[in-house]
Amino acid sequence: MNIFKKTIFSVLLSLLVIGNVNADKIKIGTEGAYPPWNSKNEAGKLIGFEVELAYTLCRYIGQQCEIVEQDWDGMIPALIMRKFDAIMAGMSITAERQKAISFSQGYADEVASLAVMKGSSLEGLDTPAGINLTKPNAAAKKALKTLTGALAGKTVCVQTATIHQNFLDSGDVGNVNVRTYKTQDEVNLDLASGRCDAALAAAVAFSDYAEKSGKPVVLTGPTFSGGAFGNGVGVGIRKDDTELLKKFNAAINKARKNGDISRIATKWFGFDASM
Amino acid sequence: MDFELMINSFPKLISAAVITLKLLSVSLIVGLFIGLLFAILRINKNSIVNKFAYGYSYLFRGTPLLVQIFIIYFGLGQIEYLRTTFLWVILKEPYWCAIIAFALNTGAYTSEILRSAFQTIKPGIIEAGKSLGISKKIIFYKIQIPIAIRQSLPAYGNEIILMMKGTSLASTVTLMDLTGVAKYIISTTFKPIEVFIVAGGIYLFMTFIIHNVIRLLEKKYKFN
Repeated sequence: MNIFKKTIFSVLLSLLVIGNVNADKIKIGTEGAYPPWNSKNEAGKLIGFEVELAYTLCRYIGQQCEIVEQDWDGMIPALIMRKFDAIMAGMSITAERQKAISFSQGYADEVASLAVMKGSSLEGLDTPAGINLTKPNAAAKKALKTLTGALAGKTVCVQTATIHQNFLDSGDVGNVNVRTYKTQDEVNLDLASGRCDAALAAAVAFSDYAEKSGKPVVLTGPTFSGGAFGNGVGVGIRKDDTELLKKFNAAINKARKNGDISRIATKWFGFDASM
Repeated sequence: MDFELMINSFPKLISAAVITLKLLSVSLIVGLFIGLLFAILRINKNSIVNKFAYGYSYLFRGTPLLVQIFIIYFGLGQIEYLRTTFLWVILKEPYWCAIIAFALNTGAYTSEILRSAFQTIKPGIIEAGKSLGISKKIIFYKIQIPIAIRQSLPAYGNEIILMMKGTSLASTVTLMDLTGVAKYIISTTFKPIEVFIVAGGIYLFMTFIIHNVIRLLEKKYKFN
């Protein structure tokens, strides 16, 4: 009987301890399907720029972290429903999202681009190398006009609930046929199969896919930044969680100063995408 | 609760429900033909024909609809040879891929429903027909099929409702059906509860209609 009591006591005690540890842990949600930002290795373990950065930031905050997986289209609702406390999932800071959640300062930035299969009629568009849509200059406006003409009646594929979908829905490039997918993987598959005339996503998402799959996917048109594409990628945090927001901002400052963000970004992107 | 969002999203969801109904009705009609054909093959005495029909229903009832729709849409899209054939005209469109998957799936279940209905017909009824000198063909078309359809109505009504809910998987292959549009609205408003309540209500209403139509038919064709 005594052993029995002891066992129960120790189980209860350990539950209590585990409970306390969990309370101190910061839970961070990520998608695990958007390389090189975040993805999974063959063993199913979460890897990528943001996974490594998250652990680094938590070290600066001085708290334990747990990274949890969440489908992209439910990311913001899951944060609001307290499934986790922060989002690090290649999520760009946009005015639309800021209506629902807060963002830390940006930690990385990376341009978006259209991609097509080699030999497509959309290859080699006459546009500048990159355009910024925050205050579009004459060259940017001209590029948008060129794109409007080229993409008329074409099917352009994007991942759902992304800045890329917002941009196409905004009408800046006229009336294109927008097709939305749950993951970037599915966008890549349908681009390769020929169901999509073009796809729009982070430029590295396509180069990563081209490299890994060996498919002749090429970038076309200008790279996009600003405007609907937001102001860099930051940590998404609930609006009422100002304490955590401060912690993350301070940690990002420290990590930037010590060169951690640049180092990790260069490791995963092949170039310094930090900001 | 954001009631304004619920009211605003209602018309968009209603027009998306039309696409859901279109997917449902086309795949049910095609599925019914497939089901009837395979039910007849199932009761065939030839064991090869019988096994073939059984294999079809086993395959489509034994795998999830989501897997079937993914294989037809993403799987077949990866076969380069297929993309050079005329089949690609159909398989290129998510709409037709969804219809093919739904029709084959509901066809498998319908074939089982009809087969069991055929087998529950009492031999006495057929023998009565034979003793009156009615030909085998007329017995089949005028006696067996009507009885089988009446027998299978409750189970088939169930299948229609299951299929209606199954069409929500069309959103996984980019179709903007009721679920697809609900997800789209959520992606810009980040309020899943409100939008899914409205979408769920519309699904419930459609179930209500289907359920009552089937009940009416059951009453109409009741045996005395």
